This record gives sequence, structure tokens and C-alpha cells, in this order.
Amino acid sequence: MGAQKKGATARVSEDPEELARHPLQAILLADSFTTKFRPITLERPKVLLPLVNIPMINYTLAWLESAGVEEVFVFCCAHSKQVIDYLESSEWSSQPNFSVTTIESHNSISAGDALRLIYERNVIHGDFVLISGDTVSNMSLTQALQEHKDRRKKDANAIMTMVVKQSKPSPITQQSRLGTDELFMAINPVTKQLLYYEDKAEYSKGFISLDKTLIADNPSVILHNDKQDCYIDICSQEVLSLFTDNFDYQHLRRHFVKGLLVDDIMGYKIFTHEIHSSYAARIDNFRSYDTISKDIIQRWTYPFVPDVLCGSSAIKVERQGTYRASERCTIGSNVTIEGSYIWNNVTIEDGCQLRNAIVCDGVILKSGAVLQPGVILSFKVVVGQQFVVPAYSKVSLLQQPTQQDSDEELEYADSTSGTGELRSDKLNGDIAPDLSEIASELGTGGVGYIWKVFEGAYDEEWRHSVAPIPTDKLVKLMLDRDEDEELLTQDGNIISASGELKTDSDGNGSEDDDNEDSRDDYVSFEKEVEATFLRAVHENVKVDLAVLEVNALRLSYNMASVDCGGAIFYSMMKLAVESPHNSASELHRNAADIVTTWQKLLKSFLHDIDEEIEVILKFEEMCLESAKEFAALFPQILHLLYDKEILQEDAILRWADEKEGADESDKVFLKRSEKFIQWLREAEEEEEEEDE
Amino acid sequence: MPDTQALVNDFLNKLKKRKIEGSQATAKQTAELLRSVISQTRMPYTNQASALIHSVKAVGERLIAANPVELAVGNVVRRVLHIIREEDLSLTTAAMAGLNLSAESDDEDDTDRDNHPALSAAAIAAASRSTLRPPSLQTLLEDVPDSAAVPHTSSSGGDSEGKSKSADKSSRSRKLKHDVIEAVNELIQDISTCRELIAEQAVEHIHQNEVILTLGSSRTVLEFLCAAKEKKRSFRVFVAEGAPRYQGHLLAKELVTRGLQTTLITDSAVFAMISRVNMVIVGAHAVMANGGVIAPVGLNMVALAAQKHAVPFVVLAGSHKLCPLYPHHPEVLLNELRSPSELLDFGEFSDCLDFGSGIGAPLLHVVNPTFDYVPPKLVSLFITDTGGHNPSYMYRLIADYYSADDLVLERRTASGN
Repeated sequence: MGAQKKGATARVSEDPEELARHPLQAILLADSFTTKFRPITLERPKVLLPLVNIPMINYTLAWLESAGVEEVFVFCCAHSKQVIDYLESSEWSSQPNFSVTTIESHNSISAGDALRLIYERNVIHGDFVLISGDTVSNMSLTQALQEHKDRRKKDANAIMTMVVKQSKPSPITQQSRLGTDELFMAINPVTKQLLYYEDKAEYSKGFISLDKTLIADNPSVILHNDKQDCYIDICSQEVLSLFTDNFDYQHLRRHFVKGLLVDDIMGYKIFTHEIHSSYAARIDNFRSYDTISKDIIQRWTYPFVPDVLCGSSAIKVERQGTYRASERCTIGSNVTIEGSYIWNNVTIEDGCQLRNAIVCDGVILKSGAVLQPGVILSFKVVVGQQFVVPAYSKVSLLQQPTQQDSDEELEYADSTSGTGELRSDKLNGDIAPDLSEIASELGTGGVGYIWKVFEGAYDEEWRHSVAPIPTDKLVKLMLDRDEDEELLTQDGNIISASGELKTDSDGNGSEDDDNEDSRDDYVSFEKEVEATFLRAVHENVKVDLAVLEVNALRLSYNMASVDCGGAIFYSMMKLAVESPHNSASELHRNAADIVTTWQKLLKSFLHDIDEEIEVILKFEEMCLESAKEFAALFPQILHLLYDKEILQEDAILRWADEKEGADESDKVFLKRSEKFIQWLREAEEEEEEEDE
Repeated sequence: MPDTQALVNDFLNKLKKRKIEGSQATAKQTAELLRSVISQTRMPYTNQASALIHSVKAVGERLIAANPVELAVGNVVRRVLHIIREEDLSLTTAAMAGLNLSAESDDEDDTDRDNHPALSAAAIAAASRSTLRPPSLQTLLEDVPDSAAVPHTSSSGGDSEGKSKSADKSSRSRKLKHDVIEAVNELIQDISTCRELIAEQAVEHIHQNEVILTLGSSRTVLEFLCAAKEKKRSFRVFVAEGAPRYQGHLLAKELVTRGLQTTLITDSAVFAMISRVNMVIVGAHAVMANGGVIAPVGLNMVALAAQKHAVPFVVLAGSHKLCPLYPHHPEVLLNELRSPSELLDFGEFSDCLDFGSGIGAPLLHVVNPTFDYVPPKLVSLFITDTGGHNPSYMYRLIADYYSADDLVLERRTASGN
């Protein structure tokens, strides 16, 4: 199709001048400096783990290449040799117009260290793209880059543009579909400046606090909880020097971004660029591994899908969109595999059951083995016959390193993984003598250690696991949330003064105020009705018009006509109380006057007995609370209403019947009007007798 | 050699990343690339034709593998192979003829052919073409004696020649390459002018006050319609927007700037409007050997609607879109699934796409295929650069353009890896 060409040319044509001056560079961190993918990452770097059969780093590099980046510096740390070997043997080393340079380091323990090292090498000469090797995207950089450059021209302090994407977090688990925690960002909607970034909000508190100056300085601020951080940043050179100046910066987001936002160093600013139709996501944990794999299979990342990326015909999209891959796996008969990831050279014997597990290269499952949801089997593990691997357990040939650091994010990746490699060699060597020793852990004939889960961490395990969140967990969370809501509702009255901000800032959002809202609504509705009624009285508005007005109010507040009757009666009685009177009889006369004048109004909202009973109850409530003067007059007023045919005798009798069973304290008014009710009953009987 | 290698890699990359869109551009670039491959191929002493075929095939296989959905690549590769075979054949038959006529003077034969090479090559190619396809009534009537004689010489001619006439060989090797490159140049020319050639026929098909319906956007269709407009035909065009890429919007805009009365409708309104339409004119992604059409998604529906109301369904396709394969062929990838983001916004629906809760798979699935298949019985007419053809005539055209030996190109690729 001729017309299809347009899209292609538009994508390719980037500003030639800009590119000519600085070839676009990128820093790719081939190490995430976390432990989330352990134990697999002890043996193989995360960026080389297969994602839909292709090492993750390929997705990142392919994207960078197509986005017009010409020079990529791959920073390798843990297992650097594997990464370098891979890159050298891959197609990436021989691309025209796209050079991949590796930078090796053995003592970097964080992204901060990596950037400091790159700064020392002095290889970055202009704006660059900072990305980690586990990011999958198909966005076009052109626009984001242009925005970044334009901003730089106007304001030299705009040093970084962060790519964000809309993604609604789950209201129940408060985590995104990628398994990361809900992220709060405050963004100036006009300039797109990032003002606040919090990825570890404390939900127990139920609110987040913003700096007052933030609102004072910006004419408008939008607080988002539905944005996902894509971990693709367009940075200026200053970013590198900032890392060098602040040698305590380790984590890109937690330290650097927050540091810039909070400390306001030299007025540096961070901006955001939101992508809509294109895809970008980072594999942060096993859950996102699962999610992104499925996104890729559903082709959200097109054209970075396996059949396109993989040059050989190993993977092909066949008809009906099924992928077929040659994996050299042996799978026995009667095996159930559900939602699992099985890598190369895996042997699964007869009768095994796998549910939502990750099974690495070379694993052997002996017959009848069962993997419960969320299990991770690292390289070459052997699971014994009939052995059931408990849910969420991680199994590896390597023993679990003792945890040195409580901060899971800041792992000293290199030191531990280095020893890990050594140990693995040793282990492979004398696996035979060890066998009997290890066997007990994984059933007969099993090889491998089941890693212990640290106290407290277990609760969190399901959040990041490959397995979907079990339903009972969801139910439990839902219940917890409901409880939270109740708590919130109690606090609600105090906080609701700050109304608008709260609904935005609070992750739990507007719904949780529903209960309280409806009560609030009723109070204000009652006030409105009263005002309308008073106006009607003072301005002699016709009854018909008053009915109309009250009806309009009823609709706008979404109230039932029951509420109207109560509200009108309340206003009438209030008027009676408030008009000057000296004695109870005078009050009675007042009330009688008002009721007589406005009986038609009241009557038009009392269609059935229930509504009439409601009026009596309302009256009772008034007598107890707001207008105690009426307490004495209760039976008289009741009689008056009966006389005026506002209340039918059925309604009064039923009210009486209902009250019969109530507490003594509730029966006060019933007792007072006993005579009247007695009279009513007798009248009824007489009527019946007459009928006979 | 190294720079062709770089060229090939570059082109492979582009194909893989889907950076070249549009059959015509792809076809043209493929042909140009193969031309440089041919010119860089070192010619061996004997059997040059098979050397050329070998090197073209090697590159061609990789190109096809890079983007199996773009059938134009395979088509052009096969046509270039066919050209090599034809030129080789014409040279050998000419040599044989020369041998027969003037067996004593080899030099004269060479000079003779050098004087008017294009003429003789073309003429003999035309004659030998008939030997490559199954005999039809036409060929039987036209040149019975030739077709009987040629096959025998073609099979053994090259080798026996090489042994006996080495001096002739070296000049012929240069000659073969030269002729092949000439012919590939012609092919490139054909590809780039196919739209004009198709558009020239517009007046014969579009008549005064007619209503034409088209779906999506195709440059060929645009030029076809505009050509009719330029010839002072006044007619109206209904454009179905062509979801999900909505290229019909662009086409409508373009048509309006050229002064055509245009109506834009949704794809789903096609059936409602078809009764007012005189002719459906659409572009195609590829035309298969059976006359079936691979076309942008939604066209099958249009074709069915047209059939229901007996409206002619006309497909415009340059000859580079003629694919010698059949749609039931297992190597033919009929479709490409593009990103679902063309259909809906990921962010808006991200909560419906959560894999993390419940059964582990979202209830929402989005599928975005690019192409549709229109069976030949729904197509009334194909208009190619060589004129109008019936769907049932496609295989004849294909026999003109491709040699049967090359059809299996892809099967070898698949089994080779």
C-alpha cells in the first residue's frame, strides 16, 4: 500500500541538524541492582533472562536502535563477563550506525555508582537516554527528545525528562499491574514539571502529605496515582555530574529524583513526558515478568515481538497467532502446565503438575512432582518424585546467601554474586557427594536448596510473584479495605473540610466517603427545604409553586419523597417553635395555623402510610432533640394532624404498634398519646360495629 | 563485496523493523539491492547462470525471512531469478543458433550480437518463455517448431558450450551479467511506473456520474481516481474510513484537495451505501496465484456487500504484487498482527488487562490483524500495469513472470533452518 509509507517516513525523519551535532547516546544499565530476581540472578544476569524466548536486553537494544540512538554504553556489573560475551557474539556488535560499547565494573553497587563511573570515563557528550536493560518499549523518542531540547533552550535547569504512562493501579492491592507499588506523582499540568514522586506511600496512614509551598508556587497541580513510571529518562549531562557531586545518591528514583525534588538543589527541574499509544514498561519483579511477557505475546510491543526480533525462523507467528518455538524440552505424558514459564532444556516427566511457575534451563522434574503457584526453580534444579514444592518457594542449586543488608533494594550485588559463581562451580563439581545431603529438601533424587523466606517477607511474597493473586487474598484485602473505609468515615468529618484535595490525594479515593456523604447530603437537603419553605411563608408563594420547588430540590439531591415529607414537616414545626409564643397553648395554635395553611404542601408528599409514619417518627425525633417544647404537646399535634387528614388513623395505629415493642425510653411519646390512640381504636371498633 | 553485504544487512534490518511500508517501495528497493548483488557477484568460468542464481537466492532467502508478510520481496526475488534464467536461456539459444548458422566464425557471431544485443535477447527471451510454461493453445498455435527444439538445448547447452568454446565463454559471461542487469533495470522501471500505467486505464473503467467506493487508502487507487478526474470525468467517491488505522480519512482529504466529490463513511456503513455504488475500486497487498487477494482488513466485507448487490469489485495491483504462491501454501503468512494500541488506549484499559488477579489472565483480549483475504470468486476484475484481467487468468500472468523452479524458494528456507 502506497499510503502506508507515510508512517514510516515520519518515524525515520528526525531533525537532521540536531543529530548531526551530537549523535544520540544512551546508557543502558545491564544490572538492576536489586535482588528481586534471585535466585535466578545468582547464576545469570537479569538482562540475559529470556523474555518470550529472547534475552531481555535485546528488546531494549532493538528499541534504542530503532528510536534513533546511535551509541549505547552498556554498563555491566554483576556477571559482566556473561553480558559482554553475549553482546560480542550477538548481532549487536556488527550493526552499522549503532555502536554498542560495554563498560565493566566490579565494585559498583548501585545505579548511582554506575553513573559516577561513566562520568569519570567522560564518554557522554550531550543529552542521553538513561534506561535499564530490562525495559521493553516501542515508543518514539523523537517527540520526547524534542520537548526536552526545547525546554533546555528556555530553561537550562530542566535536566531530565521522565517518561510516564497511564496505568491504573488495582484498587484492592494498591499495586500496578506490573506488581509495583502504587505511585503518586504531582505534576504541573501546564509545564509538565514533576513536583512530587512517591513510590512507597504508607497505605496504613491513608493519606500522603504534600509540601505547602508546592501548592503555593504552582497555579495548578495534578496529583496522579494512575501513572506508571517507565524508567526511561532523557537526561542532560548535568545528571551525571550531579551524581558525582552527591556521592550518597544510589537509587535513581529514591535518591536522585526525590533528592532533586525535595532538596531543590540549584533549582534543577524534572519534567515528564506522557506516552499514550505506545508501550513502555520495566521488568521489576516476577509479576511484571509475567505481565510483560503476556503483553508481548498480545503484541502491545509491536514491532518488538519475537517473530520480528528473532532473525532466524525459530519463532514464527503461525496462523491464528500462536507462537511455536523450539525449546529442546522433553515433556512427559499426563502433565498439566498452567501459566508457567519453561525455559530451555527442561525435562518434565510423566504426571507432573505446574501452575504459574518459572522453570529455568536444565531443570528436571521427576514423575509426579507438583509445583504450586509462584514457585521459582533456578538452573539445573532436580525435583524428586512425587515431591510437592510449596507455593512461592524459590529453589536453587546455590545456598541462600545470608542476608547482609536489610534494605533489599541496595544489594551489594557484585560481592555476593561473585562468590555465588564460585560456589556454583564448586557445587557442580561435587554434586554427587552432596546429593544425599540435599536430597531430603526436594524429595528423593532431588537436587537443590529451598530458600527460606525471611520473616515478614512472606506476606509480601504473593505481591510480586508470577502467580496471580489468589482469590482468598483478594477477598481478605477487600475486607481489610472495607474496615479501613469505616475508620476513614469516622475520621471523615474532620478531614472533609479539605474536601477536594483529599479525594485526589487519597488512594482510596472518593468512594469511601459515600456513607458519610449521604448523611451530609440529607442535612443540607433539609436546610434547603427549610429555606424554601420559609421563603414560601414570608413571600406568600402559592402552594403549587412550593410543591414544585421542593420537588426540584428532591431531584437535585436525589432524595426519596419520604425524606421530603419529613423535611417539610420539620420546617413547619421549626417555624412554629420560632414564631413568638408565651405558652404551650399559644405554640399549639401557631402550629395549628401553619399546618392548616400548608397542609396541602405536606399532603402532596405523603402518598402512603410509610411516609406518614416517617413524619411521626420525625416529629418524635424533634421532640426529643431540637424542639423540646413540643414534647408536651405531642398528642395534641398528633390529633391536629389527624383532624386535618394529614395522617390517617392507620398510620398512627401502625406507629403505635411498632413502638409497642420498643424500649421504655422510646415509649415516652407513645404513653403520652395513649389516650388519643385508645380513642382511635375505639372509634374504629365502633365503625366496625356499625358496619355489622 | 563487503559493501553489498552492508547494504543487504541494512535492508534486512529495515525489513525486520517494518521500517519500509508499502509494497511498491519494498519491491523497488529489493530489486535495486539484487541488482547490486548481481553486479558484485564474481563470475566463475563455467556455469555463470547458476552462480548468479545461487547468490541471488542466498540473499533472497534472507530477505524473505526478514519480513515474511511482505510478499513483494519474494515476488521480486523470484522475478530476478526468472530474468537470470531467461537471459541465460536466450544466450545459449542464440549461441546455438549462431553455431548452426555460421559454425566456422565464432568472432562474427559475437560481434553480431554485440551490435544489437537488446533486440535479440528480448526476442529470444519471449520465445523461450513459452518453453517455461505449460503449453497453451496460444503457444501451440504461434510457434510449434521453436518450443519443441528449445528445451533440449537449454538443459544441456550451457555445459557443452563451456567445454568447447572457452573464448566465447568469457565474453558471454560478461554479456550475461550485462543483460541481466539491463533486465533488472527494466523491472525497476516497471515497478516505479506501474501506478501510471494502471492510472492510464482509469477512463475506460470510470464513467460519467458514477459512484465509486473504496476502503482505506492506497496510492494506486488515489492516482487511478485522479487520472479519471483529469480526463474530465465527473464522478463521486465514497471512502470507507478503514479502521483501525483510519487511512481513509487521509485519502478523503487528498481526494478533496484534488477537487473530487467525496463522501466519508464508516466501514460498517458500507453495506448500507453499496446499493448506490456503481463500482468498488480498491488496492491490494498481494494477489495470490489463484486470484485471491490479500488486502487491508475489512475488504472481504466490502466484497461480500458488492457481490450481494452485483456491484463490480475491481482490484488494482502492480505486477510486483502478483505472488506465485497459493494462499493455502503453508509458507504463506497471510497476516500480521499489529499492536492492539491502534484499537484502544492502553492506559485507559490497563485495569482490564491486569494479569495479576483472579485467574491470571485478563478477560479482555485485543487482536489487530492487518489483512483480509478476498477469495477470487468475489473479485470481478484485476487491473494491473499490463491491463485488465480475470481472477482466473492470474496463473497465466504468473507463468509469464516466474519460472516454476523458483516457487519452492521458501520451502527450502524453512527446511534449511
